Amino acid sequence: MPLLKVRNIETYYGPIMAIKGVSFDVEQGAIVTILGANGAGKTTILKTISGVMDPEKGSIEFMGQPIEGLPPDRIVRLGISQVPEGREVFHDLTVKENLMMGAYPRKDRDGIKKDLQMVYGYFPILGERTAQLAGDMSGGQQQMVVIARALMARPKLMLLDEPSLGLSPLLVKEIYAIIKRINTEQKTTILLVEQNAPMALSTASHGFVLELGRIVMDDSCDALLANEDVKEFYLGIKEEGVRGERRWKRKKKWR
Amino acid sequence: MELLNEILQTVLSGISIGCVYGLVALGFVLIFKATEVINFAQGELLMLGAFISYSLIGLLHFPYWAALAVTVIVMGLLGTLLERTVLRSLVGEPVYAIVIVTIGLSYFLRSMVSMIPGWGTDTYGFQTPFAEKFIRTGKLVISWEYLAIILITTALIFLLFSFFRYTRVGTAMRATSQNQLAAVYMGISVTRVFSLTWTIAAALGGIGGILLSPITFVHMNMGFIGLKAFPAAVLGGFGSLPGAIVGGLIIGITESLAGFYLPEGWKDIAAWIILIGVLIIRPQGLFGIQEKKKV
Repeated sequence: MPLLKVRNIETYYGPIMAIKGVSFDVEQGAIVTILGANGAGKTTILKTISGVMDPEKGSIEFMGQPIEGLPPDRIVRLGISQVPEGREVFHDLTVKENLMMGAYPRKDRDGIKKDLQMVYGYFPILGERTAQLAGDMSGGQQQMVVIARALMARPKLMLLDEPSLGLSPLLVKEIYAIIKRINTEQKTTILLVEQNAPMALSTASHGFVLELGRIVMDDSCDALLANEDVKEFYLGIKEEGVRGERRWKRKKKWR
Repeated sequence: MELLNEILQTVLSGISIGCVYGLVALGFVLIFKATEVINFAQGELLMLGAFISYSLIGLLHFPYWAALAVTVIVMGLLGTLLERTVLRSLVGEPVYAIVIVTIGLSYFLRSMVSMIPGWGTDTYGFQTPFAEKFIRTGKLVISWEYLAIILITTALIFLLFSFFRYTRVGTAMRATSQNQLAAVYMGISVTRVFSLTWTIAAALGGIGGILLSPITFVHMNMGFIGLKAFPAAVLGGFGSLPGAIVGGLIIGITESLAGFYLPEGWKDIAAWIILIGVLIIRPQGLFGIQEKKKV
């Protein structure tokens, strides 16, 4: 049984249909990625799963239990944590207070203490700066705070929204290495939304391509990496034409 | 010496009334920080607290401290009830609409009090354990009535500070006021935070009421103290809890001095003159910070 089962969800922003019937599964223990351009509906899918937005139609099952339409705080308690895009730290709270907020629904003090150490293990810089206000940290460190904070909830499924946004290539590599470690060491299933396709495809095992609210490709990441369309439109690898020029008018095959 | 005593005496009474302004201002700021709504019924909550404590002490002969505790609990529950019935259904509506509703609420509470048998439009008083008791040091005479206000407010501020600083729920409330969406992602129920904020603000109003009663007596228009507490909150930077208290104290002391040394009438406008002065020099208020924007 897949950990997360999304079936035919349709989500609206007012009159605008942002998600037009999306279905996919996320298997236990996997890293799954959703690729797509701006406005494709990636973030909306995550928001619909985490309950911040309600789908008009369709169903979402988490561990066999329907969760669509539940309030977001209930969904967090079931074991789904979202890391929102754009480093949404609590800027006037210290690093440690930020992390403790991640553990807000939990009652097991010893477990929280242990996880705090676990998180400091992944992000040593946070362990050195526990008393610093999160708002005074650099962008990369703030991204670490939000990932660490989500980890403090001990989620079964972590929804990661563009962890590479606005970070230097080196830092992106570092963050992705940690994401991969979290996945293998903590057995946290990860659903990753990303514009940085090369990074996402090399980290995840399975991927979806989302265009204008629809899933147009659904394959293993190796297959996606080899796909001509993904290469051209998401990886930026240009194809040489017969006459040695780029074929500007090439159409995507899924259209 | 004579003059110094006189000034000290005036400042002291200013501090104690300033404490009450500070408590009401705290109510304004708490609700504003959490929900971005200015609750113009905050003064009326104080008035209601005063009437409840009057009923308990004056009519039902409760001991003072028991009455204080019961008033706090009743007002807290009333705050929760107000949030549940009136304000929760307005979440997501434009802020000005909600503000108008709180103004309506203040009228509603005032008229309701005037209609309740035994309360009405008269002025009442009740006995406190501090009445007619003084501390004398040299020529300085300090009334316990004023001292009690200062001490109780200090204890209350300490309690609130610890709550927001060290408890899980208090930290969650601060987190929600800083970044509501992120708080939602943490599994914090924002509705519960709002509800708790109203509970605390109403309870603060209740304490303000019981503290102020011996000085101004209990009457229907006590709620107009909000007109003094509001500039106090703005002075402190509207959004800063310590600022609300400091603003309250500044306005209390000025008002007291103006009432003593300046001609009739200055007392009531002193608060506003200071407010305008401070806002010209420091538009964000004394403790205000410019909204931090993300880079």
